[in-house]
Amino acid sequence: MAYSEKVMDHFANPRNVGEIENADGIGEVGNSKCGDIMKMYIKVDNNIISDVKFKTFGCGAAIATSSMATELIKGKSIDDALKLTNKAVMEALDGLPPVKVHCSVLAEQAIKAAVSDYYRNQGIDPEPIVGKQSDDCAHCHDCVEE
Amino acid sequence: MRKIYADNAATTAVSKTVLEKMMPYFTEVYGNPSSLYQIGGEAKKALENARESIAKNLGAAHANEIYFTSGGSESDNWAIKGVCNALKAKGKKHIITSKIEHHAVLHTCAALEKEGFEVTYLDVYENGIVKPEDVENAIREDTALVTIMYANNEIGTIQPIAEIGAICKKHNVVFHTDAVQAAGYVKINVVDENIDLLSMTAHKIHGPKGCGCLYVRRGVRINTLVEGGAQERGKRAGTENVAGAVGLATALQEAVDTMDERSKKLTVLRNKLIDSLLKIERSRLNGDREKRLPNNINMCFEGIEGESLLLKLDLNGISASSGSACTSGSLDPSHVLLALGLPHEIAHGSMRLSFNEEITEEDINYIAEIVPQLVDYLRNMSPLWEKIKAEEKKEA
Repeated sequence: MAYSEKVMDHFANPRNVGEIENADGIGEVGNSKCGDIMKMYIKVDNNIISDVKFKTFGCGAAIATSSMATELIKGKSIDDALKLTNKAVMEALDGLPPVKVHCSVLAEQAIKAAVSDYYRNQGIDPEPIVGKQSDDCAHCHDCVEE
Repeated sequence: MRKIYADNAATTAVSKTVLEKMMPYFTEVYGNPSSLYQIGGEAKKALENARESIAKNLGAAHANEIYFTSGGSESDNWAIKGVCNALKAKGKKHIITSKIEHHAVLHTCAALEKEGFEVTYLDVYENGIVKPEDVENAIREDTALVTIMYANNEIGTIQPIAEIGAICKKHNVVFHTDAVQAAGYVKINVVDENIDLLSMTAHKIHGPKGCGCLYVRRGVRINTLVEGGAQERGKRAGTENVAGAVGLATALQEAVDTMDERSKKLTVLRNKLIDSLLKIERSRLNGDREKRLPNNINMCFEGIEGESLLLKLDLNGISASSGSACTSGSLDPSHVLLALGLPHEIAHGSMRLSFNEEITEEDINYIAEIVPQLVDYLRNMSPLWEKIKAEEKKEA
């Protein structure tokens, strides 16, 4: 198993690490038992994600996908952020080893969780917009078998 | 940048002496040991000298109790399948092993389970060591084989092999040990320790990859695994890897010759580094501190994941390993660390360092300086660490 140069770059120099004080939305996905937790903070101005930060407990791919995902949504509209797929994150990183695909899924879910939290804070039900957020672990294993 | 190779439990560099001894058997004495002409005879002689040397260094009574194989995994597979299948006809269908064996043993046992064998997986408790009385209590009328590793590949714990051997002898049960990590680091005497079968490999002790052997005590019934020729007294077919056998014998001889001095040096440096790394908050040493290989350190640091730590170490010139899932292609943490009773989230944050004799005090100091920085860095970006700290505050 080897990581691409892009993955190693985002692992060694992760972008947007940290927290946002008074964030407009915070999403956390994954669990410690599986070995990955991603926490994403967003700041929203006029429907635009003006700032985003993350904290991740996980392997190299988990850190790199978090970093890349934040780069891909920073400055984008919420609609665009919600359209970001795990495949797009993987492609931007020049691919991931098969057992690490679930990390990109977590990154996609972390964004959706942060946006959902933002909507909830606005008094808006996120489910019709963002979709139902599952917090079970099954997706990891489904991805691995892909 | 300082470069430190600290993954000798994974594999080692071939030593210059070993390579020199092997070289003639590639280009000059390349004959097939089964051939009758001179160059075949010379190769045969080299093979038998290697066998004799290995037998002597393992304390075997007879040279022809050593069978050359392709390495540790083949030896483990052969020992377990060969003995169990030979004893099946006698109604023996039970195997005793431990929860922390190498997968070459565990997966072979699992394969036999599918064929109708029953397997008892013994606990290793918090210190990673099998209790001999547990072995004795597990032995049944129909026990075909006890297979317990000599030293563990992840946490380096050394098992009470002589005691287990004595129990097996008393109950007339065949005893196999996977000594892949122990050979060359621990004094082994198969006769004194009542070992019936022993697996070892060359590449963990500065020999070449792809060469190992299985010791099979005379009188132990074992079915053939690799069929196809009369080599190795009809027990293991395939044209012999003469250079490899010479490499294995030379590597073992070198390791045995330097064992005492090397062990002393490694133990001092290992203990110094353990003491230093244990100062990191919420860190722990995995496996017994005393009964462990002199070159092994295995630790967990809460709140971080092992693979990211080892990638960081690599960026800082240190080649280490993690027992973590992420490197093995499975999402579960190490079965060895789980067997110690560690919860998943802690077992995910493991680091294994395994040194060789070239390690210096300066190297140790460098590792002692760099690891706490990397652990800090990763904890600072870890939401799990944030939770641990928040819990701490609540409790206080």
